[in-house]
Amino acid sequence: MYGTLPTPAGAVPRLAAGLTMVDRLGHWQMRWGFGRMRYRVRPGLYAVGEPQAASPVLVTANYKMTVDLLRRELAATNAWLLVLDTRGVNVWCAAGKGTFGTAEIIRQVTACRLAELVGHRTLVLPQLGAPGVAAHEVLKGCGFRVIYGPVRAADLPAFLAAGMQATPAMRRVTFTLGERLVLTPVELTAMWKSLGWGSLLLLLIGGIGPRFFTVEAALQRGPAAIAAGLAGVLAGAVVVPVLLPWLPGRMFAVKGAVAGLAVALAGTTLYGARLGGIDSAALLLALPAVAAWCAMNFTGATTFTSPSGVEREMRRTLPVQAAALLAAGTLWIAGAFLP
Amino acid sequence: MSGLRYLDNVVTLQLDAAKCTGCGMCATVCPHAVLALEDRRARIVRRDACIECGACARNCPVAALSVKAGVGCASAIIHGWLTGSEPSCDCQGSC
Repeated sequence: MYGTLPTPAGAVPRLAAGLTMVDRLGHWQMRWGFGRMRYRVRPGLYAVGEPQAASPVLVTANYKMTVDLLRRELAATNAWLLVLDTRGVNVWCAAGKGTFGTAEIIRQVTACRLAELVGHRTLVLPQLGAPGVAAHEVLKGCGFRVIYGPVRAADLPAFLAAGMQATPAMRRVTFTLGERLVLTPVELTAMWKSLGWGSLLLLLIGGIGPRFFTVEAALQRGPAAIAAGLAGVLAGAVVVPVLLPWLPGRMFAVKGAVAGLAVALAGTTLYGARLGGIDSAALLLALPAVAAWCAMNFTGATTFTSPSGVEREMRRTLPVQAAALLAAGTLWIAGAFLP
Repeated sequence: MSGLRYLDNVVTLQLDAAKCTGCGMCATVCPHAVLALEDRRARIVRRDACIECGACARNCPVAALSVKAGVGCASAIIHGWLTGSEPSCDCQGSC
């Protein structure tokens, strides 16, 4: 942010066009999930470039990464930016919650005295804000017509240059390798708590044996099981997103199980002799189950899954995942009692 | 979205064609080109690509569309099952 722009409706803060090193560092931090709920911009009206009464008004969320990407793409554009209070959440998720919504738009348009500032009565919204906004109700509520812009901020200059016309490609959501990869760090860091508890549990179970419980057994058997668990997590939360279009099956749990089984087979091939038959069988059951669970959780981050579909695959595959895990655990514990 | 298709015959999207006025808003807001205008009436052309985001129903001025929109994340759905509430991203404090 630098300086303000004097307008009939008061001074409007101006946003810088380029991103600094600090911005980039912040984005990297967000991708790993550190302080994501506190990465915000103050809601309200901003100026990008030298906007005038005829300049377009672009509506967005107050997640700082969202505003940053927008001002980066608008480096050569003069526009007004109306930042809604979405509590630091991106446009799509905030629209789903309704915080990027009809009422908040009407509130901000009124509070920022937008009608005194611009000569037109048009708001450009990101298309992915549409689940939270009823365009016809915004018109009724504040007299501004909603035009849905492109899905991606990068298409905004072309959209504006074409007289606010979006091509079909601008309207479609994609899920490219890059778009999938950028999501994997936060999938992993979101799991650290469950990973900690899971590891503790495996250490405790690992200590069970003919002499009831020994620390030696826990330290000998526990880490191997933890390594297997981590391999399952990586298969489900990293391998599945990367290989998503090529893994067999429509259900994410199936894709996860396939990736997990491949990793487990590699594991038994390499360490089978040391593991023995029972532990190998346990590995072949547990690793696909863990990977299936992690892969299923990735549905929430994708761009092409429906809640009804996720619920269906959960009802069908969760019992299988639980059964495989239970069988693996039973085999593993039983193995400790055998010579 | 070549190569990326989710489950078939599961989504809750419904269109009451009799109510449709042909404004085309639903086709505009759909991120997966599920709806299209044909003879100035909306039509569901790619039902299985629907992700139930609810954008079309929310933006239909005559309420011709309905869909059970919601959060498609597994842990949110489990949270919903356990607490008997609607699934929400809020359970983990982040989304």
